[in-house]
Amino acid sequence: MEKKLYTLIVHSENIAGLLNQITAVFTRRQLNIESLNVSASSIEGIHRYTITTWADEDMVKKVVKQIEKKIDVLQAHYYTDSEVFMQEIALYKLSTPAIFANPEICRTIRYYDAPIIETNEVYTVVQKAGRTDEIDSLSKELATYGCVLQYVNSGRVAVTRSSAEQVTAFIESLKD
Amino acid sequence: MNSYISGAEALMQSLIHEGVKTIFGYPGGSIMPVFDAMFDHRDDFRQVLVRHEQGAAHAAQGYARVSGEVGVCIVTSGPGATNTITGISDAMLDSTPIVVIAGQVGASFLGTDAFQEVDFVCVTQPISKWSYQIRRPEDVAWAVARAFYIARSGRPGPVVLDFTRNAQVGKVDFAPANITLQRGFIPVPKTDMSSVEEAVRLIDNAHRPLLLAGQGITLADAQDELLAFVEKADIPVGCTLLGLSTIPSAHRLNMGMLGMHGNLAPNVKTNECDVLIAVGMRFDDRVTGNLATYARQAKIIHLDIDPAEINKNVHTDVAVLGNCKNTLSLLAEAVKPAKHTDWIASFAPLYEKEKEMVIDAALHPAEGPIKMGEVVSMVSAATHDSAVLVTDVGQNQLMAARYFRYTAKRSFVSSGGLGTMGFSLPAAIGATFGAPERTVCAFMGDGGIQMNIQELGTIMESGAPVKIILLNNHYLGNVRQWQQLFFNGRYSCTPMMNPHYGTIAEAYGIPSETVLTREDLPAAIEKMLTTAGPYLLEVVIQEDENVMPMTPPGGSVNQMMPFDDFS
Repeated sequence: MEKKLYTLIVHSENIAGLLNQITAVFTRRQLNIESLNVSASSIEGIHRYTITTWADEDMVKKVVKQIEKKIDVLQAHYYTDSEVFMQEIALYKLSTPAIFANPEICRTIRYYDAPIIETNEVYTVVQKAGRTDEIDSLSKELATYGCVLQYVNSGRVAVTRSSAEQVTAFIESLKD
Repeated sequence: MNSYISGAEALMQSLIHEGVKTIFGYPGGSIMPVFDAMFDHRDDFRQVLVRHEQGAAHAAQGYARVSGEVGVCIVTSGPGATNTITGISDAMLDSTPIVVIAGQVGASFLGTDAFQEVDFVCVTQPISKWSYQIRRPEDVAWAVARAFYIARSGRPGPVVLDFTRNAQVGKVDFAPANITLQRGFIPVPKTDMSSVEEAVRLIDNAHRPLLLAGQGITLADAQDELLAFVEKADIPVGCTLLGLSTIPSAHRLNMGMLGMHGNLAPNVKTNECDVLIAVGMRFDDRVTGNLATYARQAKIIHLDIDPAEINKNVHTDVAVLGNCKNTLSLLAEAVKPAKHTDWIASFAPLYEKEKEMVIDAALHPAEGPIKMGEVVSMVSAATHDSAVLVTDVGQNQLMAARYFRYTAKRSFVSSGGLGTMGFSLPAAIGATFGAPERTVCAFMGDGGIQMNIQELGTIMESGAPVKIILLNNHYLGNVRQWQQLFFNGRYSCTPMMNPHYGTIAEAYGIPSETVLTREDLPAAIEKMLTTAGPYLLEVVIQEDENVMPMTPPGGSVNQMMPFDDFS
């Protein structure tokens, strides 16, 4: 089966040690986690994990079921890129002298609509929020100029495009 | 209610509240407050001092497997805790409900590499159903209630409680807790009625149905529902290793054991049936052989309580989720009564073939050294096929599984998934406490007995009436068999020099006999079974007997040595 980048969204109780257990599901099946974000969710007391991984669908289905099986995981689902709104944010710490020396760098930053959030005579910090492909593309271009001092990426955060809220509905269903 | 008691005493009260009657344990520094509390509860719990913590975990497993209740063991931190890991893994793979309570250093010492500190929660997370550290006495009631709820609910499994010393000695205003609904743990998935209807449609239209009975049936106590279903729809049954004793051996629809060393007929018929109904089993590789050729012709219906098992190894056409006690009775009610006379009759020639080429020679050799199968068969008959069979791992296990016979439920205890040598002796001890009214026969080899031989001390002290049948071939027999068949007979580290087991038994005050000849066997078995209490029967058997038939590694389910290829 064809490998794709899947986004997994997992909701769990806020209990120590769950992150370990969730990542272990990937390790055991020799899957790399491309990005991982853990945050609060819209439901009080419930944490949410946004995880991306390259896998075929058969494997990702199994991984989701194994994650959902863990005690205190409420639900786990997987999505393709077309099924989610997704964003990530990248910060680039660039050499200011390099920027002055090459006007292409400034043009690239403007072209990508990436705001500068700090600049001084040593370095300039540029922020880019967007989809994975936009950020990858900007990263590649900046790399060719040899001006990048540091780069960091938040990893993907995503919300589903669906009109149904599965986790909320699940919690509601338990109240009956 | 009881105002202000210690965390250790709160544990005692919680265990009483959960209905615990037997504790297998071993004391040590970090768990001493709990053992001190146990001293006041000698009338509430049978307290069994094992000789090694691995023994405590396996004993809890044996107890759980025959009784259906949660097995409990209590050990100290560090090495005491890590010694239970094999038992926890074993219980995880074989879905056995146990609760392991381990001491831990005081919360203020956590993470400092304190004496006998091990990060036990982290170590056990991947091999347990739930693993939790109790750091405050206030958490004892909730954590214990949740531990037992999780261990026994849904697909059962092992739970670990890591109990810090400060939480044992700290005081708490205790009231026992009850756990019901947990939103992060739905033990029994909802049964989709349309899946039941679809299954019924397939079964009603089947001409050659075959049912695979797994341990899930025992765990759900659904043996009667299984019988009602297969008798109405006239479906032959093959049992997985752990599915043995879900259906009586003598039942006309019981076609024997599946898998690598199972019976020829159910294995061959797996690749001839038109509808395969798998109940409470997980398509382990020892059952399926080569997945690429496994039951490709059949529509597959899978009844299971664990959604993660569906489509894990074998693609399922209809998945019926739920507790199989419920789903089997739904099927039994809805299917049309049927007769599959010709299909069922077609199993017989394969059985005859196996009997002629394998079974007769295994059970009724005319001369030569004693064979494993004849010992198993004779012991089974002498117990009127009503005993609990506990096996170790290896040839003794496979031969016992093949030739022991079952009339009662919950009669087979073995390490199926993990294949833990050394399992049988402590598991059999646990079984005698879990089913005190039954005879417990433990078959083991000369390799396995020595892996936990220290538990003879537990038998000596507790009087656990384990009937130990030691099949001594002076080899690590199963590995030797593989070396003979697949490694050009290079017997690397498999011949074994043995101690004098009779002397060992005598040292532990356990009566014993060593049998060298076939003629002496019946009387020796009779003596073992009529002697009250524990007994060691050592039978010196043929050194180089192989367990047959056998699907070679990577082979298809219908390719079994020594038979022709049925594929």
